Amino acid sequence: MRYKIEVVDKPGIFDAVGQGVRKDIFDLGISSVKEVKFIQVYLLTGNIAFGEVLNICEELLTDKVAQDYKILSGEKPASPKVNQNVIEVAYNPGVMDPVEESVLKGIRDLGISDVDSVKTAKKYILHGKLSSTQLKTISEKLLYNKLIQHISPAQPLKEDTRHQPGYSFDLVTVGLLSASDKKLLEISKKGQLFLNLDEMHCIRDHFRKLKRDPTDCELETLAQTWSEHCYHKTFRGNIAYKENGASPALGNKSIKSLLKSTIMKVTKELNKPWCVSVFKDNAGVIKFDEKNNICFKVETHNHPSALEPFGGANTGIGGVIRDPMGTGLGAKPILNSDVFCFAPPDMAFNKVPAGSLHPKRVMKGVVSGVRDYGNKMGIPTVNGAILFHEHFAGNPLVYCGTVGIMPKDKSFKKTNTGDLVVVVGGATGRDGIHGATFSSGELTHESETISSGAVQIGNPIQEKKMLDTILQARDANLYSAITDCGAGGLSSAVGEMGAELGAKVYLDKVPLKYSGLSYMEIWISESQERMVLSVPPEDIDKLIKVFSDENVQATVIGEFTGTKRLELYYEDQLVCDLDMRFLHEGIPQIAKKAVYIQAKHREPKIPHKKNLTGDLLKLLAHYDICSKEWVIRQYDHEVQGGSVIKPLSGLQNDGPSDASVTRPLFDSNKGIIISNGINFRFGFIDPYWMAASCIDEALRQVISVGGSLKEMAILDNFCWGNPDKPDRLGGLVRAAYGCYDTAKAFGVPFISGKDSLYNEFSVHGKSTAIPGTLLISAISVMEDVNKSVSMYAKEAGDLLYVVGNTRDELGGSHYYDLYGAVGNQAPKVYHREAKKIFAALSRATDKGLVKAMHDCSDGGLGVALAEMVFSGGLGAEIFLAEAPYQSADRRDDFLLFSESNSRFVVEVEKKKQKEFENTLKGLSFGLAGCLSSGNDFKIYGLDGKLCVDADSRKLKAAWREPLKW
Amino acid sequence: MLRPKVCVLRSAGTNCDKETSAAFKLAGAAPELVHINSLAGGARSLNDFQILALAGGFSYGDDIASGKVFANELRFKLAEPLREFIRDGKLIIGICNGFQILVKSGLLPGDADFDQTTSLIINDSGKFEDRWVYLKPSGRCAWTRGLKNIIYLPVAHGEGKFLAQDKKVLKRLKDNGQVVFEYCDSRGKLSGYPDNPNGSSGNIAGICDKTGRILGLMPHPERHLFSSQHPRNWDLKSKKEGDGLQIFKNGVKYVRDNL
Repeated sequence: MRYKIEVVDKPGIFDAVGQGVRKDIFDLGISSVKEVKFIQVYLLTGNIAFGEVLNICEELLTDKVAQDYKILSGEKPASPKVNQNVIEVAYNPGVMDPVEESVLKGIRDLGISDVDSVKTAKKYILHGKLSSTQLKTISEKLLYNKLIQHISPAQPLKEDTRHQPGYSFDLVTVGLLSASDKKLLEISKKGQLFLNLDEMHCIRDHFRKLKRDPTDCELETLAQTWSEHCYHKTFRGNIAYKENGASPALGNKSIKSLLKSTIMKVTKELNKPWCVSVFKDNAGVIKFDEKNNICFKVETHNHPSALEPFGGANTGIGGVIRDPMGTGLGAKPILNSDVFCFAPPDMAFNKVPAGSLHPKRVMKGVVSGVRDYGNKMGIPTVNGAILFHEHFAGNPLVYCGTVGIMPKDKSFKKTNTGDLVVVVGGATGRDGIHGATFSSGELTHESETISSGAVQIGNPIQEKKMLDTILQARDANLYSAITDCGAGGLSSAVGEMGAELGAKVYLDKVPLKYSGLSYMEIWISESQERMVLSVPPEDIDKLIKVFSDENVQATVIGEFTGTKRLELYYEDQLVCDLDMRFLHEGIPQIAKKAVYIQAKHREPKIPHKKNLTGDLLKLLAHYDICSKEWVIRQYDHEVQGGSVIKPLSGLQNDGPSDASVTRPLFDSNKGIIISNGINFRFGFIDPYWMAASCIDEALRQVISVGGSLKEMAILDNFCWGNPDKPDRLGGLVRAAYGCYDTAKAFGVPFISGKDSLYNEFSVHGKSTAIPGTLLISAISVMEDVNKSVSMYAKEAGDLLYVVGNTRDELGGSHYYDLYGAVGNQAPKVYHREAKKIFAALSRATDKGLVKAMHDCSDGGLGVALAEMVFSGGLGAEIFLAEAPYQSADRRDDFLLFSESNSRFVVEVEKKKQKEFENTLKGLSFGLAGCLSSGNDFKIYGLDGKLCVDADSRKLKAAWREPLKW
Repeated sequence: MLRPKVCVLRSAGTNCDKETSAAFKLAGAAPELVHINSLAGGARSLNDFQILALAGGFSYGDDIASGKVFANELRFKLAEPLREFIRDGKLIIGICNGFQILVKSGLLPGDADFDQTTSLIINDSGKFEDRWVYLKPSGRCAWTRGLKNIIYLPVAHGEGKFLAQDKKVLKRLKDNGQVVFEYCDSRGKLSGYPDNPNGSSGNIAGICDKTGRILGLMPHPERHLFSSQHPRNWDLKSKKEGDGLQIFKNGVKYVRDNL
């Protein structure tokens, strides 16, 4: 029997979901919908008596205080009334619906065991006159994504192609030995292997020596392991680099490994004793205190988020959380950080590239995905940034980062011969097949049909259960190594863990979500929420009990052998037999060409203006600068109870904090500071200086909250266009060298990093690259969180200092962006000067001389002053002539809006004036004004005349308006 | 009894258990994290504890409705031990998801045995929100003695709008002194969004049962134990204790005085 149950709010109960949809429909430009009613639908199948269904409805599915239910049996829907439009959205077969599992559990708890399956759907009743085109627009633009959902029952339930009834073993081999070059490329393309001809040759030659063709499983394993996503060929390969006109000049050179020549080189040369494990494990590890280490990893999930924003971001954050969990013997995740780049949310529909979702929908979906997973895992999201540019329309950027903490003696892993291969967590399905290779190619307007298998929805509760049990098993010393199943699934996890020893895996032992998977699909599936442990045989029973006690699956699927081979079996048949050395070291060295030609941009001609209030208001309302409160509030940033400097601070808790401070242990005042630096606009001028600025930004934010450079480390995340195109790669090379020079100068090591290349979107062969974007994430240990400083102005009468030199570096600034220009003078980093300023301000905060501090970033000094003052609910009088300014031109607008690096606004009490100034002796700073009660925000220009005159409440309103959804 | 024993109950998706334990520890109790499977399976017994704490989180993903699946586990697997626990005069606190569980199982307001008469439903804003709120304590409850006139705690939830089955239920709660916390502004005045972050009827943020021993509230007292957690802590450095700690101390004191 099949029952359809509809649960709806009782009359008189405010339908918040329906209201939200109605507003979204209105935003689409459709104003005829007067009301939207939301109905939750459940479909139960099984040999169930009607009485049992009643029981399920009343005791489980309905909140009797707020909801009513209706049971419909049979398929025929009631015909809708006039001006009533019904849209019912259900998941496609094979797409994970986490609610199904909970409903089935709830039904079992009622003592009912004969329900076979549960499906859920969402039904919307739209009241109002709508044309069929409008209805289609609403469905497609708002309510469903055809990659994972369908409209039912208007459309018949799709044949469940992913649930083939069974699978009978059939060993597949791929005819490589006699294949021509054309054929080799065809095999690579058809199989979505993304292997180039050199690599295909190398594989063919390897198997020629073995005198046999590879199995599909062997070829797939090689493709996964050698993918850009897993192996980072570009960063490790050879690059012939040429440049023209760049400053500083790097010179033409041949680079052996960009990674080792730049990022890793800093760390090696600095050789900090508190760096515990760098570039080896799933996350970079540094010392926290005498007993604990902390680790940090940032990942991207761009391509999946482009196709299915909720699912992409959801599994993105889910994936990066597993990185600390898989570092050492497992760290407990304690905070998340999320940085996004989208196209502007008000982009005209006709400008959105074919095959892409509208940026507003992408943004809402991504935020919901992060909110869902992060909040449900109970990990506070404490830091982030959101930036906008039209070229992110087909290819948004979604960076997710997680910090974990672990005992010092659990920071390393070692697999031993004879250890068992154990997979824990969720079961394996067809989800996410080809995710790793899919992200190693460009997106096209056809990606949604070709690569839909790479799109998944996460199940955070599954991961939370797994986390709880892993930490218990870790503390009981029940396993010797752990890693997560990310891109490439078991193939990457087991391949990595067994790289030294060799492993044997029996694929038919892997627990499956449904039958019908081939051995190859089991091996490369990227189903979420799984990890692999290596377990000494004597501990296996104890280990399995820890997991099963809390309803988590833990299954022995093989062993680590010592044969240095990767041997896979399915029903006792050998389906893969690869030499581990060939797998991990056999990839041919690739050589790429990189060319950097210094671009020349138009310099805008901006007339001198006496009144800059209007420009300041426009800057505050720039999408990059405006309040992100709508996003931040949806994240739990307080869970775990460690939050000190929160993402929002101020008199009304709504100002933009610079960095976050977290106190991870209840019995210690030590803290962790997290910040990020990102600004792709400087990269339009020179990626070298973009990288330098990103590092400076991340560092100065740490200084702003009271931190220091002393125990600070950084992470790099490059998102770039296609590196096979020499101009894209040229920019990447410059950015990497900018990282080296700047990090080295500041004495701050990299501990981890990741690159996501091929971020291009092509429509009918015409390709658009994203702006080359570098995210620098900083992590720093703070001795005493009670010394942390927030950004908002505190008290009238206090002094305001501007610290650090402003230069006429308007290139890539938001001020120029207001005038539609990029310019040519990107901010540089004067590291000798900057380092001294950072050190002096650290001393000042340590001595308790600073009441508030805010760094100058997007929008420059003008925006920093405004944010600081309006967040404190105060007014201020500022005299620009007192601010340090190195310029020939000396213009008020340039001084206010230049985005020069290493600058701060600092609030100091009058009685601490002397001591503060002594601490900064010899450095560039100026006492530029003071805070006043009331809300008058006045800035006097270089000539002493008023140039900004505004009510700080109005400034704040302008800043809050754009994303006040 | 020197250190009252607290059972901090966990299930799949509980995620405020560690800080809730920390709060009880600071307050002088001996908390222990216990998985619901070990209570339901008989490996552990509620008899060993004087306080039961249902911590925040997303038990079973808040699927179907927040707290629903966990609430049913209490009703169908632990009803008798819970009745006994309450009969013995012991204490229960439910925070956020814990409050949702107490309400959906009918343990709160406890009008009849395991019968739900109130609910916590989706916020009027339609979304999860994390913000600090001012609360006015009132009513007769073992957990709220000696609190200041207004306290300041964070909320972080998507389904916190309090709703009673009908006006009679609401009136009874008020008349019996079972309304324990009301959302208000910084001066204690009852007002609208965002001071009342979810649209709760009567600005209700927390209620207790008739005995005053079972408390449920949406805000998180365990996230304000220290002044460093206060969002504007720059002038609070001399003050060490956060507003939430007193609630846990009250629980501990009640057990010491009465059990």
